[in-house]
Amino acid sequence: MSDITMADELFAPLPEAERPGSDSIARPSVSYWKDAWARFRRDRLAMGALVILALIAIAAVAVPMLTSYEYDGQDLAAQNRPPSATHAFGTDKFGRDILVRVCYGARISLTVGIVAAAINMVVGVVYGGISGYFGGRVDMVLMRIVDILIGLPSLLYIILIMMFLGNTIQSIILALCLTYWTNTARMVRTQVLALKSQEYSLAAKVLGASDARIIFKHLIPNSMGPIIVTVTFLIPQAIFSEAFLSFLGIGIQIPMASWGTLVNEAIPTIFTQPYQMLFPAIAISLTIFSLNFIGDGLRDALDPRLKR
Amino acid sequence: MPRYILKRLFAGILTLLVLVTLTFALMHAIPGGPFSAADERNVPQSVLDKIAAKYELDKPIAEQYFAYLARIASGDLGISFKQEDTTVNELVKQGFPVSARLGLVAVIVALLFGIPLGIASAVKRGKWADWASMILATIGISIPSFVLTVLLMYLFSVKLRWLPVFGLSSWKHYILPVTGLAVAPISYIARLMRSSMLEVMRQEYIVTARSKGLAESAVILKHALKNAIMPVLTYLGPLVAALLTGSFIVERIFAIPGIGRYYVSSIGDRDYSVILGMTVFFGAFIIVSNLIVDVLCALIDPRMKMEG
Repeated sequence: MSDITMADELFAPLPEAERPGSDSIARPSVSYWKDAWARFRRDRLAMGALVILALIAIAAVAVPMLTSYEYDGQDLAAQNRPPSATHAFGTDKFGRDILVRVCYGARISLTVGIVAAAINMVVGVVYGGISGYFGGRVDMVLMRIVDILIGLPSLLYIILIMMFLGNTIQSIILALCLTYWTNTARMVRTQVLALKSQEYSLAAKVLGASDARIIFKHLIPNSMGPIIVTVTFLIPQAIFSEAFLSFLGIGIQIPMASWGTLVNEAIPTIFTQPYQMLFPAIAISLTIFSLNFIGDGLRDALDPRLKR
Repeated sequence: MPRYILKRLFAGILTLLVLVTLTFALMHAIPGGPFSAADERNVPQSVLDKIAAKYELDKPIAEQYFAYLARIASGDLGISFKQEDTTVNELVKQGFPVSARLGLVAVIVALLFGIPLGIASAVKRGKWADWASMILATIGISIPSFVLTVLLMYLFSVKLRWLPVFGLSSWKHYILPVTGLAVAPISYIARLMRSSMLEVMRQEYIVTARSKGLAESAVILKHALKNAIMPVLTYLGPLVAALLTGSFIVERIFAIPGIGRYYVSSIGDRDYSVILGMTVFFGAFIIVSNLIVDVLCALIDPRMKMEG
């Protein structure tokens, strides 16, 4: 026993060639976002929805540029024409090309949805982040305000704000932002509450990092997955609300037309020209459908624990 | 337990107060609104005099505010400033019973279809009921209710001529409006019921019930249902709000003389005092129904006693 010498070279790593295979790292290391993208790409439904949405977005940008028709270009010689080679989706009672109007509607709806969701995300993250991180009395006050706002019937409150601000895209976006941010704020707060007691944020605190640095460098990036999922589901909700308001006649002003306005305008002629309603109805349903499935796919990809 | 109820009651009253304050502020702030300077408006002098006298517009604003609060508290919702001799209370009295009957039928239909569909899709996963609820949920999410209602009207009233288009005079008249109102709630209730049923069926007391030799139907209907139905009951509060906004659309499309149609037409007429008075009414209605549902759930479910 005792004649074994404890020489240093016994404790050196083996030369590369003699190492057993099981120890080597077979795959390149995968970051969270790469991993999530790989999971998302395998989700056929979500990928299909992404393709549909991309096509709608491309049509929204390209079609009005490629045709000579304008969304408000009236052609009294071609009123209420059914779909044909010259007007793919037909024309309305003023002879306006419905394809072009649907594409302009897509611009409005997508802009409202994306801008409203983005502003919501910023407001919700800052508000929820502060509330969750500081806790105590700050949290109490901030969350009581949210409780009261959530109790308000949001649609009534949006309609009131719209009456006050007038019928423009900006006022719709503002009205939606004033009501929707509360849910994002609550969600971010819950995330931050859970993360702030984790070891890495304690470590950052011990090392003397400032509150802002801990919130924006550690807590927010680590709750990005759920935040993105929440915001993705906000986009269809915002598009739906805009269409609803326009349908009731308090959304976008004529002659501009969002999808809601187009459906509303087509009701009186539904007996004779049903296609005038059909195309905007399909466009809005497809868009909301795609966004919801993209949201589902993102949730499964970004947070596998939440998978249903 | 009483503490929880008191807390909810307090929050409800506070929310209502915020809503009323908001409407009061908007009455003053809206350009051409009922309380703003007289020269911006196109309103009969007799109505102006009536409003000025009623709301004591010559008094300081704080006094006006408290007088307004007192009037709302006593149930006076204000007068129309577009139609002479019309009060908001009269419109509510005429329209509310019509809307309430329609809404009640829709709630019953939503529960009668949603709950069994949810149970069936949880018990027989992957079978037809599961597929039906999945398809319904997809439709409920992606097709906005106003589009769906118009499409249903086109199909059943215009194309097939099975059902009447306007009014509410026979049971046949109820079918389409109730369907338009109930499809989204049915799909939501079915999904809610399905997931909560799946959750409950994994519990140990279900295993106990089965091992006692109970028939599967008794296990599901007597043991599982009691606990699984709680989320659906909680949803009844938000459902009231959803049906209210749904009624704006359905009553407009089918020309039903309910309160939703009065609200939408007063938006079209820019009859601000009616809009604001009705907003207070709707808001109070939604907040009170949420409160009742929450308290009932707390009374039924002993687990809720722990919280709050």
